[in-house]
Amino acid sequence: MNIFDILGPIMVGPSSSHTAGAVKIGNISLKLLQEKPVRADIILHGSFATTGSGHGTDRALIAGLLGMQPDDMRIPDSFQLAKREGLEFTFTNKTLKNAHPNTAVLSLTGETGHTIEVQAASIGGGRVEIHKLDGVDAFFSAEKPTLIIYNLDRRGSVSDVASVLSLNHINIANMHLYRAKKGGFAVMVIEMDQEISQYAVQLLEGLDGIQKVVYLNME
Amino acid sequence: MAFEALQEIVFACEQTKKAFWQVIMEDDMTEREVSRDGSMAQMKYTWDAMLQSASGYDRSLKSKSGLVGGDGAKMEDYYKEKGSESLCGEYVDRVIAGALQMGESNACMKRIVAAPTAGACGVLPAVLVPYYTTRGCGEGKILEALYTAAGIGQIIATRASISGAAGGCQAEIGSASAMAAGALVHLQGGNAQQIIQAAGMALKNLLGLVCDPVAGLVEVPCVKRNVIGAVNALSSADMAMAGITSRIPPDQVIDAMREIGERMDPAFRETAQGGLAGTAAGMEIAGRILSRFI
Ligand code: SF4
Repeated sequence: MNIFDILGPIMVGPSSSHTAGAVKIGNISLKLLQEKPVRADIILHGSFATTGSGHGTDRALIAGLLGMQPDDMRIPDSFQLAKREGLEFTFTNKTLKNAHPNTAVLSLTGETGHTIEVQAASIGGGRVEIHKLDGVDAFFSAEKPTLIIYNLDRRGSVSDVASVLSLNHINIANMHLYRAKKGGFAVMVIEMDQEISQYAVQLLEGLDGIQKVVYLNME
Repeated sequence: MAFEALQEIVFACEQTKKAFWQVIMEDDMTEREVSRDGSMAQMKYTWDAMLQSASGYDRSLKSKSGLVGGDGAKMEDYYKEKGSESLCGEYVDRVIAGALQMGESNACMKRIVAAPTAGACGVLPAVLVPYYTTRGCGEGKILEALYTAAGIGQIIATRASISGAAGGCQAEIGSASAMAAGALVHLQGGNAQQIIQAAGMALKNLLGLVCDPVAGLVEVPCVKRNVIGAVNALSSADMAMAGITSRIPPDQVIDAMREIGERMDPAFRETAQGGLAGTAAGMEIAGRILSRFI
């Protein structure tokens, strides 16, 4: 946590966890979907469910899905803007097992039909964590450039990916492999110390057994 | 951050003969890989944003719920009329007005600087802005005070929490108050040990404070809690400048805050189910507001 996480964010009120953090969750989910969303079905859990509407958590999540930043003065009007942008959405309150108190699950469909399900938590001071992707555990904050690689769960994938990164002189800060309970696929989450080129992403996409590569750089 | 305890920062200050704020700034330069100018520029940007939100207060604004708005204006009119006749005196009254105004701006979905959170965004500017405008202190000194505050906040975030949902209001207003107390000691010329003593005393005085926002909105009691955070920072800073220390070392005060937060019933951690939110009046307000939102 750097000093501008403490003296910051500069944001539209009223709540760093329930408003600014929610915008960020929407934003990261938008990047994970990799295209313009046309439908969002959102579950709110815990304090997000009980106090979310009063904090504008719902409007903030939608604002994030529309690409707004936490200091955007249009956040309070995001529902109207969503209508204009052709984004349909629903909200449901639900208690999830073992979830952080400020958790949202976003099921998104993009304009070309891509889908993704993101479970994320706002952990205070506007900082967020992704906890699950498409039902698979996957922990990351998106504070560093992050690669999310969906791959068939087979031997060699991890070392193939690592060698592409090292050939491109990328320092890996953190690397985790999360296995789906069924389906034989896994999600690799790699946090890096520096940005990565589009070329390197393409190389990764071309590797055997790789289904999808998402490169997140929230800077 | 390279430090896990306030006392470690004080050791670093003593060893390197540097001020508390310098140690924190250099840590920021290392952590974010920025130059001194880069770090300073970001801090100045943050301070400018605080000043802008302070001067952008709109005395006619009410929050959507209608619960808050206008109290900061009342307080401002009061100190202008009473001057030194009021109980606290004009300077402290300015601090009170500033805290109310920033808290109200936040509730009205205006742009603010979370410090460390949005609910507690009024505490730091409430003590810093009047110091800056009425005591002839330069901007450079204020930026140093902000580094001091940030360093204290970082340690609290590392050892405990700065989230009301996790640790109750002690983690938000309490942390902000500790940060502001340390900042004030720096402005008054205190040393690193005095800075952490002020932070420790400020936090100690707010231990156990629950997070019980009526209807779950960052309005009641949040806006007025910014006042106690700010005024408590003033008194803690003055105590530290007088040579008074916390009998419990400041880092252990932070650890106590974590323990209290962990053992605090969820009803008192931002869920709006207990405390003031659970009173008859609080529930009645919540019912009224919820029916309007749906
Ligand atoms: S009562 Fe809760 S929401 Fe209000 S300022 Fe305190 S911690 Fe924040």
